[in-house]
Amino acid sequence: MISYVARRLLQSVLILVGISVVTFVLLYLLPADPARQIAGRSATAETVANIRTQLGLDLPFHEQYLRYAKGLLQGDLGRSYLQKTEVSTLIASRLPASLLLMAGAITCELVLGLAMGLIAALKRGSAVDNGLMLASFVGVSAPQFVIGIMMLYVFSVVLGWFPIGGYGTFSHLVLPSLTLGILGAGWYARMMRSSMIDVLRQDYIRTARSKGLKGRTVLFRHALPNAVLPVIAMIGIDIGLFMSGIVVVESVFGWPGIGQLAWQAIQRVDIPIIMGVTLVSACAIVIGNLVADLIAPFIDPRIKLR
Amino acid sequence: MKKFLLSGVAAFALAMTLAPVAGAQEIKQGGSMIVTYKDDVSTLDPAIGYDWQNWSMIKSLFDGLMDYEPGTATLTKDLAEDYTISDDGKVYTFTLRKGVKFHNGREMTADDVKYSLDRVTDPKTQSPGAGFFASIKGYDAMSGGSATTLEGVTVVDPQTVKIELTRPDATFLHVMALNFSFVVPKEAVEEHGADFGKHPVGTGAFKLGEWTLGQKLVFERNTDYWNAGLPKLDQIIFEVGQEPVVALLRLQNGEVDIAGDGIPPAKFLEVKDDPAYSKLIVEGGQLHTGYLTMKTTMKPFDDVKVRQAVNMAINKERIVRIINGRAVPANQPLPPTMPAYDKTYEGYPYDVEGAKKLLTDAGYADGFETELYVYNTDPNPRIAQAIQQDLAAIGIKAEIKALAQANVIAAGGEPDQAPMVWSGGMAWIADFPDPSNFYGPILGCAGAVKGGWNWAYYCNKDLDERAVAADSIVDPAKAGEREEAWRAIYMDIMKDAPWAPIFNEQRFTMRSERLGGPDAIFVDPVHIPVHYDQVYAKDVQ
Repeated sequence: MISYVARRLLQSVLILVGISVVTFVLLYLLPADPARQIAGRSATAETVANIRTQLGLDLPFHEQYLRYAKGLLQGDLGRSYLQKTEVSTLIASRLPASLLLMAGAITCELVLGLAMGLIAALKRGSAVDNGLMLASFVGVSAPQFVIGIMMLYVFSVVLGWFPIGGYGTFSHLVLPSLTLGILGAGWYARMMRSSMIDVLRQDYIRTARSKGLKGRTVLFRHALPNAVLPVIAMIGIDIGLFMSGIVVVESVFGWPGIGQLAWQAIQRVDIPIIMGVTLVSACAIVIGNLVADLIAPFIDPRIKLR
Repeated sequence: MKKFLLSGVAAFALAMTLAPVAGAQEIKQGGSMIVTYKDDVSTLDPAIGYDWQNWSMIKSLFDGLMDYEPGTATLTKDLAEDYTISDDGKVYTFTLRKGVKFHNGREMTADDVKYSLDRVTDPKTQSPGAGFFASIKGYDAMSGGSATTLEGVTVVDPQTVKIELTRPDATFLHVMALNFSFVVPKEAVEEHGADFGKHPVGTGAFKLGEWTLGQKLVFERNTDYWNAGLPKLDQIIFEVGQEPVVALLRLQNGEVDIAGDGIPPAKFLEVKDDPAYSKLIVEGGQLHTGYLTMKTTMKPFDDVKVRQAVNMAINKERIVRIINGRAVPANQPLPPTMPAYDKTYEGYPYDVEGAKKLLTDAGYADGFETELYVYNTDPNPRIAQAIQQDLAAIGIKAEIKALAQANVIAAGGEPDQAPMVWSGGMAWIADFPDPSNFYGPILGCAGAVKGGWNWAYYCNKDLDERAVAADSIVDPAKAGEREEAWRAIYMDIMKDAPWAPIFNEQRFTMRSERLGGPDAIFVDPVHIPVHYDQVYAKDVQ
């Protein structure tokens, strides 16, 4: 177990180093010149050259990377070219909003997904089953941008139940959480349905039934825990899904998280922010996967770590 | 220039009389408004801020020696109580207004003016506007790093500052009205260092109350403001990170007062044709031209006949229809609201046969293949497609390259890439209302360098000399002569046809019903998008 954890940790570190190099290379290859962006359209060639020197953009690639990596090891993500603030400050100020949104999305996808999957499994083959599976299919395939705008229009503008975007109260959280959670809910509904159908076929369920236990007891005491556990173990992997989802959802709902920060930075080629957000989300995904793998054997004893 | 000034004043006077409340003195101060923007506010440092959203915010937090009459492009004195210009046009002496206080309570003096100009031209500040001050004596030593103070700026006494120039510069008073010249207090800049932009201290009508990164900024009224009666509001709340479509929905719902990024193209007709909203929309001109550049250093655009043929091939009316009439067709580089615009010039006609004939004369009877670079956000790719179809009609096959803004700009600045660029979304909006501002970086030799903004790489030494000569005419009595000189320069550019000017964008600002003020301040040519100091709240009247 300990050697497994050590190996996985080492792997994770290597993955993160790899990601930092690849991202840096990709951004370095961009034909846009950050010094020119900072200097603006009225600057003289002299001003631009000056800024390039101050930022170290005139150094060869490997020196630029080493400079960045050195800062990184000291916890310094650099300074945004255009926002004129430390990248770590910007990310720290926005991370709580993103975490809150993810918590909301996890709640939505679990409640919605598990309930839909459970009902579909119990009513297998019926119109209800078909309807729910169609809905989950739409949830999985519809672009989040479209879902978000539709939710805003229906629930905020027409019905007036929720505020039109923004951040602050519980009611602000509902629609973006739903939008971000719907994709996962679709997956969970499908997984829960097949997992439940599997479990219901098992011998111990038949035994429980033949003992004369009530249908509800069989379902909630024997079937559900066994069907739910493998599904729950997937949450860690969802983090990757969320990281791409928040870029869209936060922009639509005006949610002040790191997804919105990344989106603005990408549009304006603010390389230090793009690097910073990429690294933070890569960390989150790597940790999420690691945790998911490590807790799997506790949830399902049939899984062994090797 | 003179004629333009008069018409501007007249328009403002008219707007004032049409306003629901007759005089400024009758308007009660108070109330607040909410303004939304999509992008976060990067900085409120006047030496650095150069974005759509922070430009006007900075104007409300800080003041410069000069400003413009609200709603017009007419220069007026601001922190300067008075000024004199020497006969040779090289020495400007400003007398400062007495009793002007910074938000920290200290009185502003001539030392602050000098400090601010030294700071903006210091390469360490990385100001995108440093180049505007190039005519001040000692600028080269500053930008070269061999001096730490501008030799040409002298503090005569606490109320007087003298600025010497190396050459007469007719645009200098405009430069003194630019955000980059705004006065900052040394002690506050030094206290916050690189974070001054997040802790701005100025002399302006508003002061920064609170700033939650990525969410909102609150401006509070500066109760000590020297210009009594301003600002008219007690508070402005800026909410950032809101998509224009969502901002519009909130505006329609009465939750916000101004959508700072304007009406999104997709919703434009719907809102404009709805009587409930159309009365809330103010339309105004903008110092903007959208143009198609042709790289004069690349074949076949090195041939003037080919460039003229392109000018004649494009159906500008159709392009204006494509963007729902949010612009007027253009035939010259300057927009119609700019002094020196030539009203009598008819431009190249839309004439497909004539264009084909020119191409044949140039030896391209069968046309040729080329590339058209365009910024990849709506409506620019659609406009590029229209241009592509028009060019195809005369045999030119243009492949569209739709890229991110920074990439288009980078390719445009190379002498052997991006043979054609459609400027939409990156186009020139004047920094100040003067014809010279449309020349240097985008049509002059100085901009025709790697990484420059002269994407046609058009360099005409004779015109460069005439531009310098025109800007040396500083005597206000000879303003007409200067305007005539600039008009002739732009007309000669059109003969060479490095661009095909396509349209001048109009501005449409939608405001909530509870905001008051003359229409002109909602489409102010300088305080973009609106003049925050002048807006008042009807619900406190």
